[in-house]
Amino acid sequence: MNTAEAPRPTRAAAIPEPAPPERSDAEIIRAVLAGDTEAFEALVVRYQPKIFGTVRRYARRESEVEDVVQEIFLKTFQKLSSFRGDAPFEHWLMKLAVRTCYDFLRQHQRNRERPIAEIADDESDWLERAAGETKDTTQANAARELVEMILSQLSPAARMVITLLEIEERSVKEIAKLTGWSETLVKVRAFRARAEMKKTLARTAMGKYL
Amino acid sequence: MKPLISPEEFVKLARSLPREERVPYAFEKRIMAHLREAPGMDAVTLWAHALWRAAAPCLGIMIIAAAVCWPLIFQQGADNDVDLESAVLAPTQLAFDLSR
Repeated sequence: MNTAEAPRPTRAAAIPEPAPPERSDAEIIRAVLAGDTEAFEALVVRYQPKIFGTVRRYARRESEVEDVVQEIFLKTFQKLSSFRGDAPFEHWLMKLAVRTCYDFLRQHQRNRERPIAEIADDESDWLERAAGETKDTTQANAARELVEMILSQLSPAARMVITLLEIEERSVKEIAKLTGWSETLVKVRAFRARAEMKKTLARTAMGKYL
Repeated sequence: MKPLISPEEFVKLARSLPREERVPYAFEKRIMAHLREAPGMDAVTLWAHALWRAAAPCLGIMIIAAAVCWPLIFQQGADNDVDLESAVLAPTQLAFDLSR
């Protein structure tokens, strides 16, 4: 009779191995620059939600959003050697993202303007619905539609400033760093953008009732 | 006409919308596939990039050298003319001497 027992799983084997500690941005960047292209995936995974959140403020169609995000990450990879590491990588990446979004707005300026007259009949009450509380999905969608519709009427610079300054509540200094504009230019553009927004809102009201 | 929604209300409304940070499934794989497909830079491109990078320092050195030499040129202007003339005409002079 074979008395040999099957080896029991040891306690140590039953416990799953601890996940390797997450590599810092600096370590990943060093690896990528040393030729390990695959290491870049970790950076993409880490920052893609933020980038998608930012790009969705400027692009409407999901296909456009994906294309812009892709462009941002490809540019990031190409320009990674110019990252000096004196500021957090996230700041550097956000600068690149905002500037790419601005380029996108300028390239698509003509295609994006949606005339008031084109708004469908079933959206006839969108303004009232959107202006109310955003309690349910329908209202939230209507609100999103309204915000997008108004913002798409603005010039690229005005849209950029209104989004960063008013909606994301960033400081003038921060916007200057992100966009590469001087602080004075940001202030001037903010002043013009507010005037443009007022005009657009008034035009929207006229378009609805005339 | 008074707008149906004031700029302040519009900004308030826009701020109330949640940030959409959802990511399409396996989006990072798409990025990595693009990076793998992208052709690497060939030797000519690398050489051209290196030349462009070298252009600025070379230009700087040229300007500095010109600035340093400029007063010397004016100081020794007459002597230089004579030296240049004798240097340029040296082969002619030599040929003339040999022919005699």
